Amino acid sequence: MTLAISQTNINFAYLVASVCLIIGIKRLSSPATARSGNVIAAVGMGIAIAFTFLDPDIDTYWIILAGMAVGTVIGIASARMVKMTAIPQMVALFNGVGGGAAALIAAAEFHRLTPESGHVLPEWMGAMLFSAMIGSISFSGSLVAFAKLQELLPGSPIVFRGQQLVNGLLFAGLLGAGVAAGATEAGIWAVVLLLGALLFGVLLVLPIGGADMPVVISLLNAFTGLAAASAGFVLENTALIIGGTLVGASGTLLTVLMGRAMNRSLANVLFGAFGAPAPAAAGGPAASADGKSYREVTAEDAAVMLAYASRVVVVPGYGLAVAQAQHNVRELADLLEQRGVDVKYAIHPVAGRMPGHMNVLLAEANVPYPQLYDMEDVNPEFPRTDVALIIGANDVTNPAARDDPESPLYGMPILNVDQSANVVVLKRSMSPGFAGIDNDLFYRPNTTMLFGDAKSSVEKLVAAVKAA
Amino acid sequence: MSQTLLASITVFVLAVFLGFELISRVPTLLHTPLMSGTNAIHGIILVGAMLIAGSADSDLEKVLAFVAVVFGTINVVGGFLVTDRMLEMFKRKPAERDE
Repeated sequence: MTLAISQTNINFAYLVASVCLIIGIKRLSSPATARSGNVIAAVGMGIAIAFTFLDPDIDTYWIILAGMAVGTVIGIASARMVKMTAIPQMVALFNGVGGGAAALIAAAEFHRLTPESGHVLPEWMGAMLFSAMIGSISFSGSLVAFAKLQELLPGSPIVFRGQQLVNGLLFAGLLGAGVAAGATEAGIWAVVLLLGALLFGVLLVLPIGGADMPVVISLLNAFTGLAAASAGFVLENTALIIGGTLVGASGTLLTVLMGRAMNRSLANVLFGAFGAPAPAAAGGPAASADGKSYREVTAEDAAVMLAYASRVVVVPGYGLAVAQAQHNVRELADLLEQRGVDVKYAIHPVAGRMPGHMNVLLAEANVPYPQLYDMEDVNPEFPRTDVALIIGANDVTNPAARDDPESPLYGMPILNVDQSANVVVLKRSMSPGFAGIDNDLFYRPNTTMLFGDAKSSVEKLVAAVKAA
Repeated sequence: MSQTLLASITVFVLAVFLGFELISRVPTLLHTPLMSGTNAIHGIILVGAMLIAGSADSDLEKVLAFVAVVFGTINVVGGFLVTDRMLEMFKRKPAERDE
């Protein structure tokens, strides 16, 4: 039994779906329309999927329905249950499975087409192999990115001697395997290509530090888009070509924009500073302890400092996100404002684990939007700030990024919190941040440390400010 | 070059330009949701997986296609839901204390 309708009608539906995807992306790039943009894109996707069911080439439905049932359960469960702090790694994971799907489609098509040796059109062969390779790289690369963000793997770069040479040779080998697979149409070469590409994806992402992970995920996102478009060439399916290419192109641009927000080029992210550890980092955390000392502060003292300040800038970071302290921070800010303190929030473009991460969390706690300041707007404020309150942020405040050309962070724009009269750092311990680099800020004379979980520390500050 | 291939290439090239144009002016604030949204959109690969799954002959193809459908569905469903959750947070913000 089939439900088939004509290919022309299906292609018309694909056109409608493509228009929805395009309008969706357009609306996603403006804050006021973003949410509806996502819904419109989802509707477009629904149309494309629904009409694909009617394709005359489809004669068995149970595999599709079973696969969709399993995928829907996993997709809903993982999207619903994930905490806001873990969303970046979920994006990585969803991207990875998309790439994996493209690679699997290419593998299945290769298997279906190659027995009739000599009949595979060269453009199909090329597109299939490209899709298999890029899809696999995206799959394994995304899984490594996921593991790093989930802290299953260390967030700091994993490097070994001659890594770039190995990667270069492996990539050349991939191209060789691709040519061999295309020329001989032998399945073994296709398997070599798939496995080699999986390995390449792992090696590509391993040396990249945690702070650069958003840029990498965005790049892999663009890869998956291209893999999907490529699969569209093989299947002669316009919905796939349009959807995949839109993501490939916009994803590439987005990757460049994200890199620019961090003042780093894409080549620099992939092969640059974070990939080669600076001499200081090689010594490990112990190197930081020698000769440098820091000052601890009690919650009561810090609260007095805050309560009698006239200007306070709050710098939220990943520690705030992990501790889910956003509501307490707002309570603290409200208390200070009632006392006439001017409170601003300084949002570094990559504070937390991803651009926009902090805005999302603070919005959830109903922090008034006008109090959120971007890095460029708030940096001139620090010299006239009485207290900079740093809650679980680290690398984005490290003055070494500005002053020390030896530092692996050098060149990344930072929040100039060290220019404030006083800096209070809320932190669990003296351990280095996600990039694995010690922060000189903590040892400065105007800096004091308040150790503990961000949430309980802020709760203590709230109580102490009430009493002050 | 066949007409079909040329048509595909035409669509591809136009979509490249469109993809660049669409997001050329996006605020930093929206980088993550936009990445997540486009991430969901490449879940269109599910359409390819369905076509393969619906016409698979051998057992190997059926297994590959089944996994591809599962992966593609996770990409679509998870991608759109996570993006919506992110954007929901943005929307709530001016609710109470907008001056």
